[in-house]
Amino acid sequence: MISFYLNDQPVHTTEPAPSPLLDFVRYHEHLTGTKIGCREGDCGACTVLVGELTPDGERVQYQSMTSCLTPLGNCHGKHVVTVEGINRAGGQLTPVQQAIVDSHGAQCGFCTVGFVMSLTGHSLGDKPATAASTCAAIDGNICRCTGYKSLERAAEKLTAALAARPATGALGWLTERHYVPAYFAQMPTYLAALRTETAATKATAADSTGHAPTPTDSATVTTPPSGHAQNQNGTRSANQPFSHALLGGGTDLLVQQLDALREQPVRLLFDESGRRGVRQGAGGRVVLGAGTTATQLLESSLLRELLPALPQYLKLVSSTPIRNMGTVAGNFINASPIGDLTILFLALGADITLADPTGATRVLPLSELYLGYKKLDKEPHEQLTEISFPAPLPGDLFHFEKVSKRTHLDIASVNTACWLRFENGTIGAARLSAGGVGPVPLLLRRTSAYLLGRELSADTLAGANEVMQAEISPISDVRGTAAYKRLLLRQLLWAHFAQFGAAAEMVL
Amino acid sequence: MNHLDPHRHVRGESQYLDDVPEQQGTLFAAVYESPVAHGVLKGLDLSAARRAPGVARILTAQDVPGRNQIGGIVPDEPLLAEGHVHFRGQPVALVLARTERQAHAALRLIQADIELLPVITDPRKAAALGEFIVPPRTFRIGDSTGAFAGCAHVFEGVAESGGQEHLYIETQGAYAFPTELGGVRIISSTQGPTAVQRHCAVVLGLGMHQVEVDVTRLGGGFGGKEDQATPWGCLAALGAYLTRKPVKLVLDRMADMRMTGKRHPYSSDFKIGLDADLKIVAYEVQYYQNAGAAADLSPAVLERTLFHTTNAYHIPNVTATAHSCRTNLPPNTAFRGFGGPQGMFVMESAIVRAAEALGVAPAEIQRRNLLREGDLFPYRQPAELCHAEQAWDVAAERFDLPGLRAEVEAFNAANKLFKKGLSVMPICFGISFTKTFMNQAHALVHIYTDGSVGISTAAVEMGQGVNTKIAQVAARTLGISIHRVKIESTNTTRVANTSPSAASATADLNGQATLLACQRLRERLLRLAGAEYTVDYEGIEIKDEQVLAAGIPAETTWEKLVLLAYVRRVSLSENAHYATPGVHFDASTESGHPFAYHVYGTALTTATVDCLRGTYTIDAVRIAHDFGQSFSPAIDQGQIEGGVVQGIGWMTLEEVSYNQEGRLLSNSLNSYKIPDLYSVPAVLDVHFLDTPGHPRAVLRSKAVGEPPLMYGIGAYFALRNAIRAFRPGAALPLVAPMTPERVLGGLYPEAVAEPAGVAVG
Repeated sequence: MISFYLNDQPVHTTEPAPSPLLDFVRYHEHLTGTKIGCREGDCGACTVLVGELTPDGERVQYQSMTSCLTPLGNCHGKHVVTVEGINRAGGQLTPVQQAIVDSHGAQCGFCTVGFVMSLTGHSLGDKPATAASTCAAIDGNICRCTGYKSLERAAEKLTAALAARPATGALGWLTERHYVPAYFAQMPTYLAALRTETAATKATAADSTGHAPTPTDSATVTTPPSGHAQNQNGTRSANQPFSHALLGGGTDLLVQQLDALREQPVRLLFDESGRRGVRQGAGGRVVLGAGTTATQLLESSLLRELLPALPQYLKLVSSTPIRNMGTVAGNFINASPIGDLTILFLALGADITLADPTGATRVLPLSELYLGYKKLDKEPHEQLTEISFPAPLPGDLFHFEKVSKRTHLDIASVNTACWLRFENGTIGAARLSAGGVGPVPLLLRRTSAYLLGRELSADTLAGANEVMQAEISPISDVRGTAAYKRLLLRQLLWAHFAQFGAAAEMVL
Repeated sequence: MNHLDPHRHVRGESQYLDDVPEQQGTLFAAVYESPVAHGVLKGLDLSAARRAPGVARILTAQDVPGRNQIGGIVPDEPLLAEGHVHFRGQPVALVLARTERQAHAALRLIQADIELLPVITDPRKAAALGEFIVPPRTFRIGDSTGAFAGCAHVFEGVAESGGQEHLYIETQGAYAFPTELGGVRIISSTQGPTAVQRHCAVVLGLGMHQVEVDVTRLGGGFGGKEDQATPWGCLAALGAYLTRKPVKLVLDRMADMRMTGKRHPYSSDFKIGLDADLKIVAYEVQYYQNAGAAADLSPAVLERTLFHTTNAYHIPNVTATAHSCRTNLPPNTAFRGFGGPQGMFVMESAIVRAAEALGVAPAEIQRRNLLREGDLFPYRQPAELCHAEQAWDVAAERFDLPGLRAEVEAFNAANKLFKKGLSVMPICFGISFTKTFMNQAHALVHIYTDGSVGISTAAVEMGQGVNTKIAQVAARTLGISIHRVKIESTNTTRVANTSPSAASATADLNGQATLLACQRLRERLLRLAGAEYTVDYEGIEIKDEQVLAAGIPAETTWEKLVLLAYVRRVSLSENAHYATPGVHFDASTESGHPFAYHVYGTALTTATVDCLRGTYTIDAVRIAHDFGQSFSPAIDQGQIEGGVVQGIGWMTLEEVSYNQEGRLLSNSLNSYKIPDLYSVPAVLDVHFLDTPGHPRAVLRSKAVGEPPLMYGIGAYFALRNAIRAFRPGAALPLVAPMTPERVLGGLYPEAVAEPAGVAVG
């Protein structure tokens, strides 16, 4: 049984846990304000808010999510808000809705609710609203009619209005002004009660998902001919406690293999306790829970201190709602040759911890996880639980580059990250990673080795490029021709070094 | 949008096709499509699918009771494949099941036995094989061959523009219900309700009166639902007709992208001749239009390419020939601009090629060749109320073109890793359906006894604001508040024999018909008031719902007058027909007066290229546009902003790509990118030119749907300009879209063995 609040009503459902929240909202609850645009998280027409009780039980924290990729099971114990849940009585408009109407930001109207929900989520956020942050809130919403300028004007109006929002007691301020209805104030109490109510049920359930395991063994995740899907768990074997398909944020799996997942028991990882967050570990290492989302990376003060440019890198990674959902481990295990987070962590020298059902763990360098296209050095019953990397030292250089057809909310043609440590004017240590130029995300070991002991010079760059070109094997596809990807990676290598202080003459 | 639509939109209360409450017993349809692009359909094994859970019935061409034919201009398109398959994604069979998932699951159990035939994706290859949809057409004025001999400068080249996916956020769909008389009622997401009705009647073997089509609104159309909503309407209707149950068919995004046509890619050869003063003396062009596997609207799109061959320029000697080439791709179709943008891109390419060779700014050539009053277009209509020079000069002055140029030059002198570019893009777009007979519309206006007003027209609301404009026309004409006016759904039983909502002409045609109907109603009411209150008819008017006689409030108001009219048995309904006067065209001589009027404007575009990465931003688009006398400035500005951004998308990052087997590679939103919030210009200024409008534009407010798309062409040439600032004198191919891949290839030509990019397919 999955239990949550949908707007102001409690909901208990036995629908399969991997079912998209979108279908539940539209076709079970007949709340048709939430629209279907693409079913792959690329348009934002189905954006809803998902609120989670803070650990202290005092507040509910809301995030925008694309309901097409939100597994229903990930809503358990939470507050799901659709447009019907914020609409005012009597046909009056919320300030967000009013700003869009006043700015003529709705033309055909089909994407409009997505914008309304994203901006409402932004209003409920706890960071100050700036022009940039308000626009960032709608970076996952695609509109084909307006050209966005009217929506930018709506965002400006909203930013101005939110300037007066108090830092504490914001919810009261928001409900008074009808950003959200008054019942939002009761939601911490409602969710706490729901938690108590379902805890009893959960304790007796064999399956932590709350979804009854199906008795058949025949339903396994298969790889479709596209080759894009990957059984996260290897071959499923019966009677293994971990044999259930593992499902995290859903951002890859609900696109790739929804039909197969619906037919079998799954184990939900998104809310597994102790698997989220970033902390300082022993021996100068930084440790991440496998379920840490991209948004949580962004919000980690530790990471931002170590990697000051992280916000600008992560702005290039998908969109706000997807970053709220997608996990770091999911990105690694999906094994896309152009996974942005994978490329970033390869250059950071990340290790991963794999745990088996007995609790035994083994640690593996991330770079050794990938054996071939979508082939992993991971047993079916193993689960990625933790990620760690050596904290860069002051003076270390780190940079991430990504080029895609569209700069934001797009999949890279080529991406690359580079970490360097200079010792006495020469490169003492180096890690260069690159995606989109081979069957797996690559740590370019030979190129990294070539750099050792060399100075930052045009010759070094030319030499490194020569080694690098021999180390990669891009293919032509919809993201670019092989020749383009080779040229582009050379340029991005130059871009790393330009960032590290190479003069323009050196790279042109 | 209706004037109240934005309120409903933001509250999620506007109903689209998929939001219509489902009737009990509804069957859900899924389309089995051809898995190959060309072949002989030898057999279809439906046995396993028929046994699949929930499957009610599977329909093929054999089940069509009428004619299996939905071609609009040329009867060359079966509803369901028969004998052959001609493109990947062509509908072959229709599965009807009790749930949508069951229908889709059954698709995977269908096996087609297809003997493969050679696949053509390249229009020039098709042309070489004589594979034409219709015979080539030529527009000719003057003597271009002779004129080239006297030219000081002659340049030739090839220009190619790519396809464009419509990407309406609401996918195609229809919901059909059997009616008690043996007919069908269809709720369709279509721009052309009558097209759906007509073809359904043909397919079902019924009279058109047995088929009702109703449209509330579309979640975007852009031309993609003009003719290509028809197959889905007909398939749903076929299912409902045969099973006597409601049938709902909604395409998922990837099926929609695979199965529907897009903007036509063009490959063109041009030759341009100039005199010593940079006046364009002669222009020759051969267009090769990639039509896809069936005619669809391709011949009409081709015709509009010819109409816009010379864009906003006067060229005395022109020979333009257009070939509509049959390939094994989904039939390409209408898309905002309708062939005009493709023609204009070649014209601008020719000018830029000449300018680059002569070492002058393209603007030097553009400005001195702009149309002037009375100049003849190649189809011999004179430019009347021409604002081409005014638009250019106002844009140049208001937005300081010399200053912008100086800024770009200063930036480029100071920066090595980034370069800026600038372009000027004048546009001229003809308003009217080029098929003269389509320039007609009806409006049915009811005034109810409480003074409220309901209006039905042929206009389909898809975000362009036509319903608001029609409501404005009615409110103004009747002298009442717009809140009394409701625009009804578009329905073939209320307004018959309609033209599609297309060609930017919807507000003009339907607005004029509404104006006529409301004028007649007003006259009737005022005559009644004159008689009833013995006031002089000549001096009576209705203003703000008050009846005024010689400016003084009379004894009656709108509400009282309406009720009185009913009591006195005066009709409160009116059905008016409008046909655009003065338009005609003779295809045998390719000359006439096809357009009611032309729309003009000029855009200045600046762009910055990152010369290390090949990425770029379109920084600013500054436009002076000829709206005439706009009565909905906010809607009209929204059309300009949206159109420009769509045009920039077509010219920059939107890349439709098929492989050699005719398989769509850019088949989802993760591989086909339209502009997002961050990719639109930071500055998008729209200046409303002071022009009188045109008497044939409704209330002198000019049509605004398509013209702005072509400002986007300026983005292409601004980027090209920036690349050449990095690499002076580079001979860059004239191929659009200008993706980051093409930009990087242009910056570092020596590093890519072959020209970067996917061939126009």
